[in-house]
Amino acid sequence: MIRRRLLVSVAAFGSLAVAAVVLAPFLGTTPIRLSRVFSRAIPFAENPDAQIFFVARLPRALAGALVGGALAASGVVLQALLGNPLASPFTLGVSAGAALGAMLAITLPLQLAFLGASPIPIASFAGSVGATAIVYALATARRRGLSTNVLLLAGVTLNAFFSALILFVQYLADFTQTLRTVRWLMGDLDVAGYFPILAALPFALIAFAIFAWLPRALNLLTLGADAAAARGVDVLQAQRLAFFSASLATGAAVSLAGPIGFVGIVVPHLVRLIVGSDHRVVLPASALFGAAFLVACDVAARSVLAPLELPVGILTAMIGGPFFLWLLIRRQ
Amino acid sequence: MTESWTRASALLSAETEDSRARDHLPAACCLLLAVLALSACGNNTNPSPAEQPEPARPQAVARSPQRIVSIVPAVTEMLFAIGAGPKVVAVGSFDKYPPEVRDLPRVGALIDPDVERIISLRPDLVIVDKGQIDLQRKLANARIATFLYALGGLDNVGRTIRELGTITGQARQAALLAGTIESRLASLRRRMAGLPRPPTMLVFSREPGGLRNIYVSGGIGFLNDVLEVAGGANIFAGVHRESLQVTTETVLSSAPEVILELRYGAAFTPEQIERDRASWNLLASVPAVRDGRVYELVGDELVVPGPRVVDTAERMARILHPEAFAR
Repeated sequence: MIRRRLLVSVAAFGSLAVAAVVLAPFLGTTPIRLSRVFSRAIPFAENPDAQIFFVARLPRALAGALVGGALAASGVVLQALLGNPLASPFTLGVSAGAALGAMLAITLPLQLAFLGASPIPIASFAGSVGATAIVYALATARRRGLSTNVLLLAGVTLNAFFSALILFVQYLADFTQTLRTVRWLMGDLDVAGYFPILAALPFALIAFAIFAWLPRALNLLTLGADAAAARGVDVLQAQRLAFFSASLATGAAVSLAGPIGFVGIVVPHLVRLIVGSDHRVVLPASALFGAAFLVACDVAARSVLAPLELPVGILTAMIGGPFFLWLLIRRQ
Repeated sequence: MTESWTRASALLSAETEDSRARDHLPAACCLLLAVLALSACGNNTNPSPAEQPEPARPQAVARSPQRIVSIVPAVTEMLFAIGAGPKVVAVGSFDKYPPEVRDLPRVGALIDPDVERIISLRPDLVIVDKGQIDLQRKLANARIATFLYALGGLDNVGRTIRELGTITGQARQAALLAGTIESRLASLRRRMAGLPRPPTMLVFSREPGGLRNIYVSGGIGFLNDVLEVAGGANIFAGVHRESLQVTTETVLSSAPEVILELRYGAAFTPEQIERDRASWNLLASVPAVRDGRVYELVGDELVVPGPRVVDTAERMARILHPEAFAR
């Protein structure tokens, strides 16, 4: 029964995600001729059509899929771990830590560029790791085990604290830097090439490998820690894995594309409406639907105002905000 | 939220959420634009066109003030250039030129002017930005005269210099300076007339080490004007904005023949400049990249709409049209 539902939903959401990634590079404001895009006769360096397809659009679609999938899955895991439908990948301070790292990399003349690559993703990933460590240390400080209440409170507080530090850094920065920091916070998938994606991919893959192990434990955790323990779940280990994998996925996504909002909160709820609440189905379906959703949003973001670019985070928030409110009202 | 953040987000969301509203951006956006241009490391932002024709106006200024505070880098340069420099008693955080300003007291800048410090210096004229409403009110309460600076296109440079001349009693020197700038610009324009105008993309900001968040000059503002005088055709001339962020796709599809990139606000090693230039190679099919016509211009003066704009224009012209200077 569950197996069939899993197969059907993975097939459906999976084809949606694949369709989005495959179609996205064909869509855009510049008309490109397919015969030229895939022509082997024209050298790549002299083929604008192929460059638009392979350098400008395809990396964006792949980055969108990776980020959307990671954020949506991480949202599912955190909502189950914290037992709170309002939890999102940005609840526990991980993204604020990533943002602080990025802000510092933009405003300080840091020379941590590797091979000429941008220091911003590196600093932002380091920031997310730092924030994860602090929140975890706080949540496990007082007693044996991991208190999800402390986790939530510490995360929210750390979020606010990091936000204050971010404002402080922005206030001290000169104005062009301030503009860049603000732009970073809106999210951006125009990664220009494959290197940034490849750099984030290993971390996302580790997180997804752990996600694959989690659903049964998450199902039982939503019944309460004691009930889960009574059914043979190693609660502490499950909580730890859930927290670290969600943080890792969030850190990888945010360092690649900035904190793109609402994907991690709206997608899980929407998917639950369709497939029910069993995490064995919700988790993979959300990852796939998150990927499709963000890729589609990005196609719209780079098209609607061309030649200007609409920051994709603004678009996801503009779609996600009203949608979430509708969900809220519908439920009551 | 700091003001800067709010203004910046207001700017960017307005920029992006409603393109049709771009001709009458909210006042907050103009403020941010002014903020950007006020810093020495600002960019080519100007108040929205609706507000542009209105030049800075002297505000009930006492005849020939003796103690001037200027927190606008472009105006500070103008004051020194017309011989009013000795009367400048304090400058803003981002003023770097001329060298005489290095030892002057600093009194904040657009988002963080130190009003108490300014008043304690007992100035009889304070140069502020038109958008600094709050500061203007406070100075008016303290009965200190202000000169409101408004950004504009290239023609605003000479106009502002003349106005400053009248106020400071240096009208003759101001007229001379403004005349020199305008005649040099006019002769540059004549020299470029008739030459082919290469489609050019003027970049003033992007993420180092890659091609993310590329900001370029739109079709209005002093940077656009400088590029036109220098014999280039701005590929985004049709975009009625001072600045816009473009995607790699837009760069590929608009196919500029020349890419001019402005670098400022820090010291750069030649290796750094070369590495940043090389990051454009990713877009190999862009004519500017293919033909090796990607140029990095380094200098804080590039983004200050002061007396040195004419040097910037000539520098750009030499890059765009070396043949015109060969003789």
